[in-house]
Amino acid sequence: MGRVRQWFDRRGWSDVIIGLPYLWLVLFFLLPFLIVIAMSVATKTPTAPPFSFGGDVPWINLESYARLFSDPLYARAFLISIMNAGVATVFCLLIGYPMALALTRVSRGSRNVLLMLVILPFWTSFLLRVYAWMGLMGKSSWFNAALTDAWNWVVPVDWAVRSLPMMHSNFAVILVMVYTYMPFMILPLYASLERLDPTLDEAALDLGSRPWQVFRDVTLPQSVPGIVAGGLLVFIPAAGELVIPTLVGDAAAPMIGRVISDQFTSARDWPMASAVAVVLLVLMVVPTMIYNRSQARAEGGR
Amino acid sequence: MKRRPIFLLTVLAFGFAFLYVPILSMIVYSFNASRLATVWGGFSTKWYAALFRNDQVIDALLLSLKIALVSATIATILGTMAGIALVRMTKFRGRTLFSGMVTAPLVMPEVITGVSMLIFFLLLGKWIGWPEQRGFTTITLAHITFSMVFVTTVVQARLVQFDRAIEEAAMDLGSRPWQVLFDITLPVISPAILSGWLLAFTISLDDVVITTFTTGPGSTTLPLLIWSKVKLGVTPDINALATLMVLAVGAGVIVAGIVMNRAEARRLADERMAYRTNG
Repeated sequence: MGRVRQWFDRRGWSDVIIGLPYLWLVLFFLLPFLIVIAMSVATKTPTAPPFSFGGDVPWINLESYARLFSDPLYARAFLISIMNAGVATVFCLLIGYPMALALTRVSRGSRNVLLMLVILPFWTSFLLRVYAWMGLMGKSSWFNAALTDAWNWVVPVDWAVRSLPMMHSNFAVILVMVYTYMPFMILPLYASLERLDPTLDEAALDLGSRPWQVFRDVTLPQSVPGIVAGGLLVFIPAAGELVIPTLVGDAAAPMIGRVISDQFTSARDWPMASAVAVVLLVLMVVPTMIYNRSQARAEGGR
Repeated sequence: MKRRPIFLLTVLAFGFAFLYVPILSMIVYSFNASRLATVWGGFSTKWYAALFRNDQVIDALLLSLKIALVSATIATILGTMAGIALVRMTKFRGRTLFSGMVTAPLVMPEVITGVSMLIFFLLLGKWIGWPEQRGFTTITLAHITFSMVFVTTVVQARLVQFDRAIEEAAMDLGSRPWQVLFDITLPVISPAILSGWLLAFTISLDDVVITTFTTGPGSTTLPLLIWSKVKLGVTPDINALATLMVLAVGAGVIVAGIVMNRAEARRLADERMAYRTNG
């Protein structure tokens, strides 16, 4: 008993603090992840579990990767994912930036309330926020009817429609992505804009700049770290999204998350699903590394 | 900045309309008497009554709460440990790998986490006979793993701005390092630990993707139940369920926000008092 006590006093306590979460993450995160990487070079078999290691080169079978790069289905899915996520990120920025800037200009008291209102949707169920838009975009909804009226009023009579086909399209996916990921854009932007010194704006105004010039030359350049952070927080999860494209997306033009899930569950092709997952991860790692570097630079600069 | 930024305030108003109109519309339509979810047919609360008679929904809710409670608690313990390890123990073997494993799940697409967990559990079941079936245990294990890193992030952020002088004072007075940890560090960072727990709890309660991959027969959480219904379209009973969930979470967040704001204000006031009496 005394020995254990001594060990715990001296270094046992820190070993436990490091060791337990370490062990957990190795077992339940690293190991499954390594299995996926190994699985991506396995061969699909009709057995259970449906894979074996073999092929032309012992243990390594690159067939899944070869298919991934030759079958246009995969390239298309990657392209659609990147495009949808990219467009959603741009729109989040276009709407979120002025909102974040406005939040820095209102009084302290209302600012806290408004910030809470930005965060509140983030705490409510993601699934239900997507669902809320299914109700709005459906053919018989008031929202669709209102937009249809507006459309018919603007365009020539020949183009008039009975309802706008919003659901099950890339438009719907992008719209819902902008909606669900908006807080991720506003909060880092607000954090970086709030730190700016308002006297710089005043100085620029006093020196004869017009307000939009002040924005272009003073505010915007200083908020680049916030833009990068917000952009990645939106782009990365959006590119790998599964729920939104499944519910409101076009089934004929699936995004990559859907492809991974389908390959795994309905096609029962574990090696293919794993290969797609590995390539998607590589695509995610690049923007993340850019982000980490810019973060480090920003912190070094302060 | 005396002029009111009209353009910015307009965008702000439209932005909030964009954020809240869909939710408000859903709430309004949950009181719709019509079976057609998007066509208004008069006011009714019948969907709420139907909801409370629906055992499936209540069972799913209870399962979700159970998983969220267990996974958030374990995730908070492990995540806090990881945060302390990363901020306080600067030198240990494999630190780079450790900090990598703490960051990676944050950016990992959920589909990949889900698929890797499922393959892992299936192979484990094949090789060592456990888990025989997927269900409560596998869902909880998966939830702990991906929510603990969020706790770590919150705890880390708090520890970085911790005033170490108090810890050093305790050490000088003869406390052992682990006593300092329990008597000083943990109580001081307890608000961060609490918000970490809340975050882990909501993440677990809300998760669909990873749960679909780690669930088994008979283990339907509330999000899974909603997911399976929502895939078929918009229905008034889901509107009612959604309304209750949104209102419950909204009330919870607002209360938590007020309580935390008060605690923060009190802490600042205490600090100011302490400085004044010392100075």
